[in-house]
Amino acid sequence: MKTVSEVHSAFDAHKTSPVELTSEFLVRARKSRLNAFITLCEDRALAQAKVCQEQFKSHGRVPREEFPLFGVPIGIKDVIVMDGVRTTCGSLMLENYIPPYTATAVERLERAGAIILGKLNCDEFAMGSSNENSAFGPVAHPTHPGYVSGGSSGGPAAAVAGGLCVASLGTDTGGSIRLPASFCGVVGFKPTYGRVSRSGLIAFASSLDQIGPFASTVEDCARMLDVMAGPDLRDSTSSQVPKGSWVNAISYTPEWNKIRVGIPKEYFIGGLAPAVQKAIEASLNWFRSKGAKLVELSLPHTQYSVATYYVVAVSEASSNLARFDGVRFGMRPREAADVKDLLSFYKKSRSRFGAEVKRRIILGTFALSSGYYDAFYRRACQVRRLIRDDFNRAFEKVDVIASPVSPTTAFKIGQKSKDPLEMYLNDVFTIPASLAGLPALSVPCGKDAEALPIGLHLIAPHFAEESLFSIARGFEKEFSNGS
Amino acid sequence: MAPEFETVIGLEVHCQLATETKLFCGCRAKLPKGRTVADEEPNLNTCPVCTGHPGSLPVLNKKAVELAIRAGIATSCEIRRRSVFARKNYFYPDLPKGYQISQYDQPLCKNGFLEVALVGAGLKKIRIERIHLEEDAGKSIHMPGYSLVNLNRASVPLIEIVSAPDLSSPGEAGVYLRMLYAIVTALEICDGNLQEGNFRCDANVSVRPKGSDKLGTRVEIKNINSFRFVERAIEYEALRQVELLRSGGQVIQETRTFDSDKGVTLSMRAKEEAHDYRYFPDPDLVPLTFDDAWIERIQNDLPELPRKRQDRYIVDFGLSELDASALVNSRVLTKLFEGVISAFKSALKARALDQKNISKSVVNLIISEVPRLVNETGIEVDQSKLNSTHIVELVMLQSAGVISHSSARQVLATVWGSGDRIETIVKRLGLEQVSDLSALEPIIDDVIARNAQQVAELRSGKDKVMSFLVGQVMKASQGKANPTMLSGLIKKKIGI
Repeated sequence: MKTVSEVHSAFDAHKTSPVELTSEFLVRARKSRLNAFITLCEDRALAQAKVCQEQFKSHGRVPREEFPLFGVPIGIKDVIVMDGVRTTCGSLMLENYIPPYTATAVERLERAGAIILGKLNCDEFAMGSSNENSAFGPVAHPTHPGYVSGGSSGGPAAAVAGGLCVASLGTDTGGSIRLPASFCGVVGFKPTYGRVSRSGLIAFASSLDQIGPFASTVEDCARMLDVMAGPDLRDSTSSQVPKGSWVNAISYTPEWNKIRVGIPKEYFIGGLAPAVQKAIEASLNWFRSKGAKLVELSLPHTQYSVATYYVVAVSEASSNLARFDGVRFGMRPREAADVKDLLSFYKKSRSRFGAEVKRRIILGTFALSSGYYDAFYRRACQVRRLIRDDFNRAFEKVDVIASPVSPTTAFKIGQKSKDPLEMYLNDVFTIPASLAGLPALSVPCGKDAEALPIGLHLIAPHFAEESLFSIARGFEKEFSNGS
Repeated sequence: MAPEFETVIGLEVHCQLATETKLFCGCRAKLPKGRTVADEEPNLNTCPVCTGHPGSLPVLNKKAVELAIRAGIATSCEIRRRSVFARKNYFYPDLPKGYQISQYDQPLCKNGFLEVALVGAGLKKIRIERIHLEEDAGKSIHMPGYSLVNLNRASVPLIEIVSAPDLSSPGEAGVYLRMLYAIVTALEICDGNLQEGNFRCDANVSVRPKGSDKLGTRVEIKNINSFRFVERAIEYEALRQVELLRSGGQVIQETRTFDSDKGVTLSMRAKEEAHDYRYFPDPDLVPLTFDDAWIERIQNDLPELPRKRQDRYIVDFGLSELDASALVNSRVLTKLFEGVISAFKSALKARALDQKNISKSVVNLIISEVPRLVNETGIEVDQSKLNSTHIVELVMLQSAGVISHSSARQVLATVWGSGDRIETIVKRLGLEQVSDLSALEPIIDDVIARNAQQVAELRSGKDKVMSFLVGQVMKASQGKANPTMLSGLIKKKIGI
């Protein structure tokens, strides 16, 4: 069962029940070789399913208006906290950490009837593009063993693609939802910065992080986001901008001849894998065939995006991860009991981070340090503003911007992990939209010769999720399903 | 202080704001009545936010901002309409997030001043460079072989008030601090509990050749929480630096603490490493902005500033500058006084009592007697059984001639600990004055009879002798005779 609507129809037709469905998914998750889950909360999930079952009995049908995600099995990326459920962030530092509260986004999903199956594998502290940085092992590609699932939300993407959940929650800081969605062939959506509360999201880069859904369809992503989005008093950066129902909005077909699709010339300078090039071109041609106008435009500061991101994000991360010292919670090595002073204690506890996390913390500390702050952090913030302005100018002329999600399809495990810089370049198309805080998604648009999925990247103006969902839905309905 | 040197002092005061809750979460900041910090079980007054649990986010306490703005207004600062919170990053077990949320290059208030009154030197303007908001860290207790961390106070709101290095002596520093303290307590910005560390001072001290305008190397003396200790610490440190320089040495920039038992400052670290706090704007908080209307409202709702109140007391109640100043510089005494005055307002109208006279008696009791009782009994005003009503009754009895002033003091001392009704105490101690002529006359007659010489001196014009005779009557009546009546009565009896 791949979509929410299929689940609800099956319940209404008595083909299955909440408890039966949840049990099935749990069995599948336990048997799976994808390594998508770090923790399964079987008892909790079954208890929730039982409650759903009672509600179904008393209503006589799925109460979808009150509970839009009624009985739907969902997984949560392991950087998002749940009260009483182990949350590791893919790290040894939090190997046995049990949070004392639940993230707002998860609370809202559960209130909407969702069944949380467990916590999904990811790159350590969300730092990575291939899910090879997890202390709990890499996530395997759902259809191509030996290939990466993409990262950092590898677990959430693979779980949906591999049929282990109907939908999942991931997080996106520089492309960590869109990239694995593209590699695994599912839909992944990053909302406008501020749309979804970050309360309960273990921070990597506070000014970039956003929680977003993975699903098999654009519609299900809209459903998830409808439930999760909205202001939260616990998050001072959550936005007050009102939203209507996105699920309703996408039931309307876009007026294609009124739509202008922007093609940033800086994104098409070569270096794309041929299959990716072909798939994107075919997608753009499709838009044109529907009557949409393709507009070439320039985002002149694109070339500085990756550098800007890897200064801003790591700087914020170096500060956000300072709390992981083993003193108040998290892993405190037994050896630490014998240390003679504070510095020695920190040396032992802080060594529990993986190599990529340490690398970024050191980079970030350097970029913020006295004598370098102006040249690096401050400078990067200023360039970030320019990158955002590029987009604002572009959106005066177009309604949506299209590009590849990644220059390549999924690569083999171990292929790119030797050179961090090479790994960083996977995010070259997704980073700019993150820096600008824009809503963006990846929707499947083809496969390469080895049948590895390719995703189309669509970016919309701030808070224009409605338009983005509508266009993506239209594309998916006719183009995606046709391929 | 050595004649060829002058001292330069700047003070940083950390003042805990009198809010109900912490700066970024809903945990309690105010202690329940009658409890101290030491009474509270460790680490129970916490939540995921103030313990820095992963995924938690700060949400700003509006009242804290209001109180910080009040402090800015009271010290004539510019209030920035847009200010930014910054992270001050360093590692320490009692700093839960590994950074303190503070303000760096865009603090809430700046460029203010206080005019301190110096004895024999008039008013001196001490500039206040900035006032900013920040959260407090938790508390560490170091034991042999291990340390304990208590996060109950972590993230309570503070303002840091930074003065320019305009102070020139320990005495000036003391006056400045006391004035600042009076203001923040009078305006209810801070509860002013020195034992609980509500009001802490770091002193930056340096010396330089007299007349020079270059600043010497400064030393920071941290966390002094008594005014007296601040003065002594500065005095010691200035001399220490002078000795050092005189003997050809150099002052090292460092942080020291004050050992109050020995009266010396001590180096905190053998090797001082300058901290790089890597300040950057906190991305979890949006810039703080507000409009003029809100500031105006805060200004209008401001409790009365001590200086204004002092002037009011002088004008409305005929108090002397000295008495008025003594009242306004103590929040508890002011409270007592205001309580008495409002109780009297109705009484005054009803019985057309003499306002100025009453005030004098009231003030006498409050300014002289109350502090003395605090000193003698060790019980604070708030914890004693005394309230404004007691004082009202005492003064009424005094003005009606029922008891003498010295008896009133005695009754006050009794009610301080017992809380009994004034009437009861007066009767129990037999303190009613005797104003009844039939009771007094025999005593006066007796005194006149026994002191013929003094009576004769009085007749011959030596007025001074009157007080002796009055004293004799008082003695003979065991202090119960109404002294105000006596000289008149004696004169009548003698026939002058």
